[in-house]
Amino acid sequence: MMKSTIAAFAIGLLFGLGLCVSGMILPSKVKGFLDIAGNWDPSLAFVMGGAIGVGLIAFRFARGSPRALLGEAMRLPTNDRIDAPLLIGSSIFGIGWGLAGVCPGPAIVDLAFLDPQIVVFILAMLAGMALERTARGLFGGAR
Amino acid sequence: MQIDWTNFTPWSAALGGVAIGLAAGIMILLLGRIAGVSGIVAGLLPPAKGDVSWRVAFILGLVVSAALWRLAGAARAPVFDIGYGATILAGLLVGFGARLGGGCTSGHGVCGLSRLSPRSLAATLAFMTSGVLTVFALRHILG
Repeated sequence: MMKSTIAAFAIGLLFGLGLCVSGMILPSKVKGFLDIAGNWDPSLAFVMGGAIGVGLIAFRFARGSPRALLGEAMRLPTNDRIDAPLLIGSSIFGIGWGLAGVCPGPAIVDLAFLDPQIVVFILAMLAGMALERTARGLFGGAR
Repeated sequence: MQIDWTNFTPWSAALGGVAIGLAAGIMILLLGRIAGVSGIVAGLLPPAKGDVSWRVAFILGLVVSAALWRLAGAARAPVFDIGYGATILAGLLVGFGARLGGGCTSGHGVCGLSRLSPRSLAATLAFMTSGVLTVFALRHILG
């Protein structure tokens, strides 16, 4: 438990530094990437390339491991359905991402800049998550 | 299509991406967990006993990373180019959409593509498309 907590902190630190170094924490950078019809900045494709290049190797090892190295269960996703909630939810997410220029990881990292607008974004994001949970309860969908 | 050469930063983008991929890889191999930021945050709404500390530690790591990045003096502060109303709307859409779609840029985009998951590929294509369309509408239709 203690080991997992320390590891998770260090992983968050590395993940966050990656977001800082790559420029993902800057809304202008993200919007520059999404603006393919304007003055296009392809940098974020290199972020994805670097991340997936390393990720491919790690997840190949993970698939062959019955348990994680700190002893907990290997929780690889089992849901492989391509359904309406996946496509509609992801499309809604993309609209918010394009509008603000930040997604959840960079938004949390950006809290360190103590900008009230980022705090407002995070609170709205948490409200959106709670709303989705409530809607799911009302319409009887199970995750 | 026109490339924005002044803002194009392939090296720092790829380096940051490698750090993100390493973090996601260490997460799955050590803890057996997917480094999906929206899922990690949503798992605290509400907190479940025995499943809190690693989530909080990871989130803290994200925030501390940018604090260190600022101390190193390298940081450019993130700047939103939208008002508060649009920020709230964007936050709601990001939170709601990421939960309905079962993940965001990190969970589907980095971890899912590293697992070669068709479901995550579909999600990534969906949010990239709606993100591009949103920025297109903002900059080239409304702007």
